[in-house]
Amino acid sequence: MEITRRRLLVLLPAAAVAWKYIQAGTPEASPNYKLSEHWWGMLIDIPKCIGCGSCVRACSAENDVPDGYFRTWIERYHVPDWAIERPEVESPNGGKDGFPPNQSTGKNFFVPKLCNHCADSPCTQVCPVGATFVSPDGVVLVDKNYCLGCRYCVQACPYGCRFINPKTNTAEKCTLCYHRITKGLTTACAEVCPTGARQLADLKNPSDPIHEFLKTHSVQVLKPHMATGAKVFYNGMDGSVR
Amino acid sequence: MQIPVEGFMYPNEVELQWSVLIVLYPFITGLVAGAFILASLERVFRVRAVKPTYRLALLTALAFLLVAPLPLQLHLGHPERSFEMYLTPHRSSAMAMFGFVYLWYLMAVLLLEIWLDYRRDIVLKAQSTSGLTRVVYRALTLGSSNISDRSLSIDDRVGYVITLIGIPSAFLLHGYVGFIFGSVKANPWWSSPLMPIVFIFSAMVSGIAAVMLLYMASTKLRGKEIDIRCVDVIAQYLFYTFVIDFSLEMVDLLQRIYEADESFRSLDFMVHTRLWTSQVIIQILLGTVTPIVMLGLTQVVKMSEAARKRIYAIAGSLTVVGIFAMRWNVVIGGQLFSKSFLGYTTYKMGFATREGLLTAIVLMLLPFAILWVLVKLLPPWPDATSHASGTAPAHGTT
Repeated sequence: MEITRRRLLVLLPAAAVAWKYIQAGTPEASPNYKLSEHWWGMLIDIPKCIGCGSCVRACSAENDVPDGYFRTWIERYHVPDWAIERPEVESPNGGKDGFPPNQSTGKNFFVPKLCNHCADSPCTQVCPVGATFVSPDGVVLVDKNYCLGCRYCVQACPYGCRFINPKTNTAEKCTLCYHRITKGLTTACAEVCPTGARQLADLKNPSDPIHEFLKTHSVQVLKPHMATGAKVFYNGMDGSVR
Repeated sequence: MQIPVEGFMYPNEVELQWSVLIVLYPFITGLVAGAFILASLERVFRVRAVKPTYRLALLTALAFLLVAPLPLQLHLGHPERSFEMYLTPHRSSAMAMFGFVYLWYLMAVLLLEIWLDYRRDIVLKAQSTSGLTRVVYRALTLGSSNISDRSLSIDDRVGYVITLIGIPSAFLLHGYVGFIFGSVKANPWWSSPLMPIVFIFSAMVSGIAAVMLLYMASTKLRGKEIDIRCVDVIAQYLFYTFVIDFSLEMVDLLQRIYEADESFRSLDFMVHTRLWTSQVIIQILLGTVTPIVMLGLTQVVKMSEAARKRIYAIAGSLTVVGIFAMRWNVVIGGQLFSKSFLGYTTYKMGFATREGLLTAIVLMLLPFAILWVLVKLLPPWPDATSHASGTAPAHGTT
């Protein structure tokens, strides 16, 4: 086809519209963010958590989490000194509205929970189409445009971190606020925590304070016998926590 | 809808993920695998006595296999994406292989074997019928109308090889379903290397019992005499398979009780409360011990034919109910307790919902409707075969 001036005038606007369309479909760029330079996790300092529920509310608002479902939640433990294997645990509305005053004596503490962003995550292993995956920077994510909604990943998570979003009918979970951390921000939950009980940790960044903390404190992960390579580290965690 | 919770559940655990439809999935595939194994008894292991059920078993397997993916499809949040499992399967996923195992079993084993076995009848029907029926049978010949002795002997040999391949395939189909559950390390109720083996044997039990019942009921409906030697042998195989199945389940149970690991207290409580009726009463007492004792009695006590038939009918029905209860207890039971081992939730089944009771009933009736069509199209009765061969030359010459 010969390109005449008249044809060019027709083609150029069409090409511009097409280009705009292509651009709209590409993800937002984070020019200063290099996937290979990060390996994300989180530090939870249990003695610092006061169970105020700010983190749950912030997460819910930031990520449009449907009511009754939780990307993060807080549990309150009461451990009788004679039965470490049978703690009394509660999490009314995921701790979103805080907790009623505690009358019981003995050991009481709060445990914030979220996806452990496991390096060897059983949830990504079982996904039949690979819609959930570990990103190169160590965050377990779900592609909601690809997820079948078979719920196998929900069954496979030992920590109860996943749910099916009733609006999208796909699996959903904590993304470690991926849209924030790739732009140099911290997670919504860590941002609002009044006591600093939650701290985003970049395990590949040598200047991240997590390294000094891990060197000087005894930290644990949840259910270590599951061998999932969990990357949410708990400081001061009681043996009764599960 | 408020779901009653006892103790502590992780907040996202309160709602059950897998419904009654996922109970149907292993139940239906189990019937398929079991029916096929029964058919192979005649074909491969030369158990001639069960010949009257051979074709019925194959058609039963096909009718149920055609329905097997439906409960999964209805359960998916995005059924329109299910084809992605074929296009981009995730190789580390136990579930990703479902489509391939299913297709292999349907296309390479069951359809081929049925077609080869019925080819002669189909060709004869295509020659002897007229109108739309003729078109259907002509289409079913797939253009192959050679029914010379040599050709039929090739059919027979190829059919034999397919059955040989079919036996491990049937094991694969249902063992694989067991593996989907048995490989979930997060769930101690499911996580067991015995799960695939228990699933295979329970599949054999349910499939054999279902075909036995179908044979007895259909023979009665046709006003014919039940071949007692045939049902005697089937009942015998049902008894032996059931004893192995029950022993495996008991080994698993004993191991769990003796080990009493961190999950034991929680699971034990669940069995004694929420699962008491469905597991202890229906599955174990009514659906396993009773039929085993009944079938065992027929092996050691001399009984009249009528009494034996009655016992087979009752024991067979209880067996199918028991295996359904077993699937229920595996799938639903595995979701009633918290992975924190500190609490329990409740399963609320809807009625006229996508995953409700009505859907489950329709899905369970559908294979029988399909079987009815298949039986009309391809009569599996021994007398139908002899009739066809008797009329063959006459039609062949016209």
